[in-house]
Amino acid sequence: MFEIRSIHKTFNPGTINAKTALNGLSLTLADGDFVTVIGGNGAGKSTMLNAVAGVFPVDSGSILIDGTDVTDLPEYRRAALLGRVFQDPMMGTAPTMSIEENLALAVRRGQKRGLKWGISNTERALFRERLETLGLGLENRLSAKVGLLSGGQRQALTLLMASLKEPKLLLLDEHTAALDPKTAAKVLELSDQIVQEHHLTTLMVTHNMRDAIAHGNRLIMLDAGRVVVDVSGEQKQRLTPQELVELFSKASGSDEVNDKLLLS
Amino acid sequence: MTFITSLLNAMPGAVTQGMIWGIMAIGVYITYKILDIADLTVDGSLCTGGAVCVIMMLNGYSAGIALLCAFAAGLLAGLITGLFHTACGIPAILAGILTQLALYSINLHIMGIGTDNGSKSNLPISVDKYNLLLSSRYVRELSLRNPILVLVVFVVVVILLVYWFFGTELGCSLRATGANGNMARAQGINTNSTKVLGLMISNGLVALSGALLAQYQGFSDINMGRGAIVIGLAAVIIGEVIFSRIFRNFALQLTAGVIGAVIYYIVIQFVLKLGLSTDDLKLLTAVVVAVFLAIPYLKGRYQSRRKKEVTDHV
Repeated sequence: MFEIRSIHKTFNPGTINAKTALNGLSLTLADGDFVTVIGGNGAGKSTMLNAVAGVFPVDSGSILIDGTDVTDLPEYRRAALLGRVFQDPMMGTAPTMSIEENLALAVRRGQKRGLKWGISNTERALFRERLETLGLGLENRLSAKVGLLSGGQRQALTLLMASLKEPKLLLLDEHTAALDPKTAAKVLELSDQIVQEHHLTTLMVTHNMRDAIAHGNRLIMLDAGRVVVDVSGEQKQRLTPQELVELFSKASGSDEVNDKLLLS
Repeated sequence: MTFITSLLNAMPGAVTQGMIWGIMAIGVYITYKILDIADLTVDGSLCTGGAVCVIMMLNGYSAGIALLCAFAAGLLAGLITGLFHTACGIPAILAGILTQLALYSINLHIMGIGTDNGSKSNLPISVDKYNLLLSSRYVRELSLRNPILVLVVFVVVVILLVYWFFGTELGCSLRATGANGNMARAQGINTNSTKVLGLMISNGLVALSGALLAQYQGFSDINMGRGAIVIGLAAVIIGEVIFSRIFRNFALQLTAGVIGAVIYYIVIQFVLKLGLSTDDLKLLTAVVVAVFLAIPYLKGRYQSRRKKEVTDHV
């Protein structure tokens, strides 16, 4: 189980640039929940994911992953419980290291790193096998530098790295936003495949309302740093983008945000 | 003719110095290329290594022990810079400058151990009285005590150890830290400790190089590390420019840095024999390094402009 209990986060407090990004946000996910997250620009989607990942400390509230209170743990300690894929394809992999070296780093997530050799032959076999499931031919390029891969290939690899060591929670932060439509569809399909295969509890932020409806078993919408819409089960499956906009304006009590949401 | 003979005469010395600075270049490679930090601590820690080594040998310790202690002193210098940077949030370049400045005083005091006012700027050690591992006196001698022979062993051992280390889990996490800190943290790597560790190892090697240099030249001097970072960078860059297409393997890349240092000293000897004053050496070095650092950037700009022109025409 994953739980966020009323977290607050204000950036640049006490200055003219003060911005409250999270305003008492609470959220509980059951094991195996695949939750899509939407909301306008500045609604707090990415901030929520970064708060969970520990990129910055929250001002108040607490975050529990699989029963562990991680609120005060630094980013690298929380990593043991988390798998993450970022919006920027450059951010999830080390470009100057090879595909297998990147995977070897990922398979040791949460483990102590000592003076054993960084990669073993049994691991290589495992990597090859798992890379095959991506269907991108990367299994034959284990020693190629990741910097040579395309954005889509890098996102697919990051996805694999995030799930190689099974995480308690998978965080997908608009991970297809920087890709062309065809590649984005392929990476989304892979995400579905990996989440289902490992029954991963997942939070997926997206800008695309159709994607938000088509994927996962539950959908939440954020506005001004809080959850304002939360639909799941059959209700979510029958949802249309139009209904979603109506739900949103009812919940946030304003119409002007409609355009912002639709346009973004 | 006399020019060529005098140049050839200077070659063994240039090669020896190049190999000593090559070990220093490996240290610079670790911070500059792997961790992506320009660490200016080295200007101070090179002298620290020399000072520690000489003072220990003058006090009766063997060359081996003295080298080990010099290495340890370098580790400590790197630790300080690392803590300034990670625990105190000081930008890496400034953290290095602070440690370097502090080391100036510390180095004076290390060399001044046992003297009345506790401070000394130059500390000689005679090859006649002490059992030095290498000395410039034997640089043209065909025997086992020729410093080139000793240094080949040192360079090979250092390259193998560094190669091994960066292949281990811990070493890989250092490389990941330099390549992409976000990714490293997302994979559970404490990037603060890997940075500190990298700075320590780097300065350890630099101090070791300083210790070898002090033995080779027969003294340690407060100014022996001045501009060391630039010489280290020069070596790394020369090695990269010449060998990057053929040396893909990591151990070979380190070797390229050492060869780069040797080439640097050969070129220096060459221009000195041509009549350049030693006073102008640092100016020349700075210009050469600046040019080589600028080339990739200027080349990139030129190419993107060309590309733009081509698309404009189409």
